[in-house]
Amino acid sequence: MAEILIKNVAKSFGSFKALHSIDLEIADQEFMVLLGASGCGKTTLLRIVAGLETPTQGEVWIGGRRVDHLPPRERGIAMVFQNYAVFPHLTVFENIAFGLRMKKLPQADIDRRVTRTAELMHIEQLLKRYSGQLSGGQRQRVAVARALAMEPDVILMDEPLSNLDALLRLEMRAELKGVLAASKTTTIYVTHDQVEAMSLADRISVMNQGRIVQAATPVEVYRNPAARFVGSFIGNPPMNFIPAMKAGEGKWTVAGITIDGPRAGRDRLDFAIRPEDVDVAPGGLKATARVVEPLGAHTLVTTDIEGAMFRAVLDSDIRVSPGDELSLVPKPDRVRWFDPETTAAV
Amino acid sequence: MTDAILTDTPRSVSDAQAAGRFLIIASTVLLCVWVLVPIYLLAVNTLSSPQEVSGFPKSGVPSFDFGSVQFFVSFAGVARALWNSVVVAVLTMVLSIGLGAPAGYALTRFDFPGKEAFRMLVVMTRAFPLPLLALPLAVMFIRVGLDDTALGLALVHTVLAIPFAVLITFSIFSGIPIELEEAAWTLGCNRWQAFQKVVLPLVLPGITASAVFAFTISWNEVFAAAVLTIENRTLTAFLVQNLNVSPLHLKFAGGAALVIPALIFIFAVRKYLFSMWGIANR
Repeated sequence: MAEILIKNVAKSFGSFKALHSIDLEIADQEFMVLLGASGCGKTTLLRIVAGLETPTQGEVWIGGRRVDHLPPRERGIAMVFQNYAVFPHLTVFENIAFGLRMKKLPQADIDRRVTRTAELMHIEQLLKRYSGQLSGGQRQRVAVARALAMEPDVILMDEPLSNLDALLRLEMRAELKGVLAASKTTTIYVTHDQVEAMSLADRISVMNQGRIVQAATPVEVYRNPAARFVGSFIGNPPMNFIPAMKAGEGKWTVAGITIDGPRAGRDRLDFAIRPEDVDVAPGGLKATARVVEPLGAHTLVTTDIEGAMFRAVLDSDIRVSPGDELSLVPKPDRVRWFDPETTAAV
Repeated sequence: MTDAILTDTPRSVSDAQAAGRFLIIASTVLLCVWVLVPIYLLAVNTLSSPQEVSGFPKSGVPSFDFGSVQFFVSFAGVARALWNSVVVAVLTMVLSIGLGAPAGYALTRFDFPGKEAFRMLVVMTRAFPLPLLALPLAVMFIRVGLDDTALGLALVHTVLAIPFAVLITFSIFSGIPIELEEAAWTLGCNRWQAFQKVVLPLVLPGITASAVFAFTISWNEVFAAAVLTIENRTLTAFLVQNLNVSPLHLKFAGGAALVIPALIFIFAVRKYLFSMWGIANR
């Protein structure tokens, strides 16, 4: 059992606040992805859990044990680094065996565990090679095998796929998911790639400027963004936002049409909808098509609604050309509302 | 006008390339001659008989007469001076790496107040000419009883060698990504074990090279050695004292005795010296 508890953790580098009071619970065997743009503090948070960085305040608990004062080696963790950090002076075998030798396991156990993890990561034919004789993808496999061989309670991964080319990344992503699920370890995985996050995570923590904006399942994060930032960061193309004026109790005027909305005590809200959640039908938002990009399965149409950009993903059977006037009807159950001042969902 | 334009044809790129290549080859040859001719003359004269050394014309080819060398080796005090040189150089090597490598590691891995000032100061120790320091040093050494000892001289040589040791080891340690150490920490190492099992094997060749460099600095140093020792002279000081009253062929033999070990050492570690100064040698 290795649930992770992060309580009120903050980190400052001089006068720069990298993390503001983070609270996060990660369940045993959960795959948690920390997602955010570069500089949002996700790697700092991971390194605090690993023990490579000391928090300015707060507590870190792993498996019911407070660990924030312990060195990395006493935390029951293993880490995979962005640049792999495969030891260049050791063979692949010795790299994977490194942590096991530190644990002073008998040679027979070491042999068994190295062979097993090497088979798991499909690198059993590389065991005698040195890091300099490996490709990037192979080094990545060695780094993961080295972490897995430790049989840790928690595996921490810092953008492990970001140095691989696109095709290899796709392949490794699926493989990692399978291997980590089978290993039954708790995983924290840092990435800036939302597709990677969506496809791997049990839960995603979306981070922005040193704060966790939302921690929820991938579908929840996608469908019900907790803040405007999440809606615009996740999804490609991102969510559309249109300012709305109060037209009555629970009625809002959005670009000239009236839509049912929340009974908020405000005069203004931001109306939001995903590009794929609109239909072409009469009585909708008046949009002028500007750019039409057929993508095969569907067509991405970039339109203009009252001077603001609005993207719509439409069925590719619908014929649209630039300059056409469209009427886009939002699916009522997919409409979201955000407070323009706090940017939080209403 | 059209004529002028027509005759002003662009010169081909290969012309410029050829000129560049000629310049590079010429400078290489010049530098090689600069270094190799004195060494060649030294070698020829060392391996010739005394008559050939002072005679004329020269053949330019060594006659492999070991007379001068033999005489030099059996010269009273040479063996002892040689031994002193080795002791002082080894002490210098141990001290400057022992003090310099940790400083280089600290400069690489830690941020501390005055880091830049420290780097500057380390180099500044070379700004004071040794003759300026020699007299106060000699007085101080006499007071504490370090005068005329191998340790005393090694301390002075260490001061000379330490800026190189610090800066060279700094650049060597900087070449080891911190992630390698961090990975070792997460795999069960404490800071010292990570250093020993991961960093040390990777930097050892470079550290050896900078140790040999410190050895060579001490081996070649003559001024402090001549001032601070009387009985326990190192080879350089001994030769300076004795050779200017010796015949020419003995001077050559003594010169060779000084140059050859230094040459061999530098040759052995040349690869690391090159990479230290950022010149790609692969």
